Amino acid sequence: MSVQVDTRRLQGRRRSRLPDRLFSGGTAFVAVVVVALLVAIFVMLATNSALTWQTFGLSFITGTVWDPVTAVYGALPYIAGTIFSSAIALVLAAPVGLLTAIFLAEYAPRAISVPLTFVIELLAAIPSVVIGLWGVFVLGPFLKVTVESFMVDHFGWIPIFKGPAFGIGLFAAGVILAIMILPTIVTISREVLVAVPGSQREAMYGLGATRWEVISRVVVPLARSGIVGAVILGLGRALGETLAVTMVIGNGQNIPTSLFDQGQTLASKIATSFNEAQVGLQTSSLIALGLILLVITIAINIVARVFVGRASSRVGGL
Amino acid sequence: MAVVVAPVPERLRRTRRWERRYAIDRSMRTLALACTVLAVIPLVTILAFVTINGITALNIDLLTKPPKATGVGGGALAAITGTIQMVSLATLIAVPVGLLAGVYVSEFAGRRMANVVRFSADVLVGVPSILVGVFVFTFLVLPFKQYNAFAGSVALAVIMVPVIVRTTEEILKLVPGDLREASLALGVRRWRTVLSVAIRTGWPGILTGIMLAVARAAGETAPLIMTALGSRLVNIGDFSRPMSALPLFIYENARQPYPALNEQAWGAAFLLLLAVLIINILVRARSLRGPRR
Repeated sequence: MSVQVDTRRLQGRRRSRLPDRLFSGGTAFVAVVVVALLVAIFVMLATNSALTWQTFGLSFITGTVWDPVTAVYGALPYIAGTIFSSAIALVLAAPVGLLTAIFLAEYAPRAISVPLTFVIELLAAIPSVVIGLWGVFVLGPFLKVTVESFMVDHFGWIPIFKGPAFGIGLFAAGVILAIMILPTIVTISREVLVAVPGSQREAMYGLGATRWEVISRVVVPLARSGIVGAVILGLGRALGETLAVTMVIGNGQNIPTSLFDQGQTLASKIATSFNEAQVGLQTSSLIALGLILLVITIAINIVARVFVGRASSRVGGL
Repeated sequence: MAVVVAPVPERLRRTRRWERRYAIDRSMRTLALACTVLAVIPLVTILAFVTINGITALNIDLLTKPPKATGVGGGALAAITGTIQMVSLATLIAVPVGLLAGVYVSEFAGRRMANVVRFSADVLVGVPSILVGVFVFTFLVLPFKQYNAFAGSVALAVIMVPVIVRTTEEILKLVPGDLREASLALGVRRWRTVLSVAIRTGWPGILTGIMLAVARAAGETAPLIMTALGSRLVNIGDFSRPMSALPLFIYENARQPYPALNEQAWGAAFLLLLAVLIINILVRARSLRGPRR
């Protein structure tokens, strides 16, 4: 079947490229807005905390006193609280998360691993304030009468286990954070493990290796940088997590010296003090805490992306 | 992994070394299983406690009354209406921005620009939500000296945008190039091709991303503390004034010394969790099956 085309008509109607240009230009503009958003967050936090940096300089970071009455502000107790609580979370969540990922990727049959992965992803969807509520009324009291009082009773002579145990404090915050970053570590690690080519495993089985030997000597080493990336990504989430931590960490203003001390993280300090703060040096100092937190989390995220990206390209390239 | 391991010959099986290796294998498998159980326990206990405490706290007052001006009593009506309004406005702001930026990355951007936008969106996802609140505070609250629901919506939108950008881009990448080429070959313009072929084909997936972003925004508390602030009054439509939200209501009531208010926090947590989980389960279950259809 042939179709008669009136070529003269087509040539006569020269199509303007304007609509296409407008559309692609419009989307490009919006995309630039998204990039600008990130820059704007940094710039706004920096300019609105300028007063603090002018007043205290870098000694703001090392200052240990936060006193609105004498207008002296230092960030160290909150930096310490952030690092300690995230460290507890990593120590708890990294091994459990990795072994869970190994179970889901290597040991469990598909009929079990698919729904379980789904369930663990759901954990990531629970709002932070709901986890915090559970932390205050369920987890905290539970930890107080079990782990915390046991450690205080038997190991209280070691400074970092010094009591009293409140059930809220650094340790409870660390446990809550561990729960919250577990899905990140499990799901990303599992994906990286699954991406290791089957031929690598088969070669090892062919040599008579047990399943654990295959996992520990071939699969995990090949997936190593992806797993490291997953853990760092979890760390990034732990550092910036606000509400759940705010609710269970208590309200300590000093650098914590025991696991069971109350404390504050950078994020929880902002959350609890921002609305009561006097506009001026106090607000500026809280925003300066935010700037420190922003720089840390962005750096951590970039490092994590590098690791995860390298892992997937290397595993794929094998 | 379905790996078939050949049976080990009898003479090997008797050696002590062999037995030790397989004992390690068995114990590591048990340990991995134990860790998986441990990882699921928090989810189960959170769901159980929120459901049990939440259902006992549910009553008509919780759903139909605002909090009492002083003391104990009332309900979460201000919070429920506030969450619905602020999340809706945030969605209205975030969807066009996220969608168009995602379209740009997938359809128009050169490699370098695509990487820049993708990277920015990834980093934005990692920015702690409380800092988004502080950021919005500096230009939508501070100049007006008034906490307002509009600032809250903008903060939620900033949290939603990067999620929508990334999912839109990922989904559009999956739409086969053939479809676009077929459309272009018919003389359809590029913008029309993108809208009617690429976006339309990928729409179920894009909608998934939007719904996940909505669920995330609905549960956010930290950025609302210094923007929308919260309120005891039912605020319908006045975005220049403070507004309550379910997460703020939970946070506020959990800190009160009155058991009756703590109970209301559980009730509100149940409502919030129900909404968030229903969205997540529906959307994820659908996207699990999606690509094969």
